[in-house]
Amino acid sequence: MSKILDDLRYADSHEWVKLEGDIATIGITDYAQHALGNIVYVDMPEVGDEVTQGEDFGAVESVKAASDLISPVSGEVVEINEALEDEPELVNQDAFANWIMKVKVSDPSEIESLLDAAAYAKICEE
Amino acid sequence: MEEKLIKTCLHDRHVKLGAQMSPFGGFDMPIQYKGITEEHNAVRQNVGVFDVSHMGEVRISGPDAFKFVSHIFTNDISGAPDGQIFYGMMCYDNGGTVDDLLVYKVNDEEYFLVINASNIDKDVDWIKSHAEGFDVKIENESEYYGEVAVQGPKAEETLEKLMGLPLQDISFYNFKTFDADGETIIVSRTGYTGEDGFEVYGSHKFTQALWDKLMDAGVQPCGLGCRDTLRFEVGLPLYGDELAADITPIEASLSMFVKLDKPEFIGKEALASQKGNGVTRRIVGLELECNAIPRHGYPVEIEGKKVGEITTGYRSISTGKSVAMAMIDKPYDKLGTKVEVRIRKKVFPATVVKKRFYDKNYKK
Repeated sequence: MSKILDDLRYADSHEWVKLEGDIATIGITDYAQHALGNIVYVDMPEVGDEVTQGEDFGAVESVKAASDLISPVSGEVVEINEALEDEPELVNQDAFANWIMKVKVSDPSEIESLLDAAAYAKICEE
Repeated sequence: MEEKLIKTCLHDRHVKLGAQMSPFGGFDMPIQYKGITEEHNAVRQNVGVFDVSHMGEVRISGPDAFKFVSHIFTNDISGAPDGQIFYGMMCYDNGGTVDDLLVYKVNDEEYFLVINASNIDKDVDWIKSHAEGFDVKIENESEYYGEVAVQGPKAEETLEKLMGLPLQDISFYNFKTFDADGETIIVSRTGYTGEDGFEVYGSHKFTQALWDKLMDAGVQPCGLGCRDTLRFEVGLPLYGDELAADITPIEASLSMFVKLDKPEFIGKEALASQKGNGVTRRIVGLELECNAIPRHGYPVEIEGKKVGEITTGYRSISTGKSVAMAMIDKPYDKLGTKVEVRIRKKVFPATVVKKRFYDKNYKK
């Protein structure tokens, strides 16, 4: 059974978001890392890049395949998790602790369109 | 419309082992059990077993068997002792590839062909359509045979113990048949991993019993995921990636399996002309300097101009490098040529290298 944290919001494309002030921390869920298997590369955006809700901002690659990362919010990338450049497998070890990027959101109300933990749990069961 | 997937005789066992299953060549096949990396390393360092019952088997027999197989196959099977195996291709008149396959010589009047799962129907139709005037019997035995591949440096030791057969007598690319519980099974020293190993063909019942013995002995079950990473690292082609109806074996850099000095075979003229005039493109290796991973279909460019396409790419599990096989236009196929691979929105520098990223470890 995959871990789902109650205090986060989720996209149906399996990213999680934690909004603190106007900074959104974004990663992929435990369900996603499990489905992908051994992660060998995280293609991250650059600080200063603009991301848009619903559009891809990078990819997570397992041995077998690349999966697009879809941004759950819009805004400017203010930080990326550089540790993942050398150790992408950290995402497999703890997908919630090992976030991928932080975004200064341009429209905090976008978060309301995302799923809460209960709704996301339902998606994972399907 | 959903395609009805075929289950191999080991399907239930894969599900019970918790394998991640996925469609491949019309079959519902295990992609991985424990993880591609662990399974890959088991084969490189120890031993692993694959269910390859999806592969097709066709028996060609009769007075004209030698002549007919020579007619449809690019490699030269003449003068071979019984029990020898050949790798090669079947080609269309224009040189494009019908399939790549193994030909097992039982004797001058009987050959056993092992073909790709995704091509079984197409191959059998094509073979039959070229048999006019040859006194041969063509039997598709794909549904009868189960097959497992036991691969890795400890394959011989492991399998000898479990089967109680003298496998050290079978040399590389040779096979023997044995009687086992009232049936004839085939054991060959072949594989698709670059390691020493065996492929064992028998009835479903026999295959299930052998698989169970291998599991009881703690041999790592391996899925198609690592089958692909293993074959890729040693530069072996996969039909659909490096070979296709519109890719000739010459373009796939497999000329050594096309014997143009044979009197005749289907596609010979086209292939000889291609070899003589030179190809316009060919499969080479690429090595990237970054961690990004090139995948099938990604464009290869020079200064923004497309000069080719990735056919297979991975982060090599054995070496950690991002490497690929790619179909590259001449003259950019020369070793050492600097190219760029487009991976999503960015381009990454790469160098043309030999399409072998890890040394084979065959026991010859």
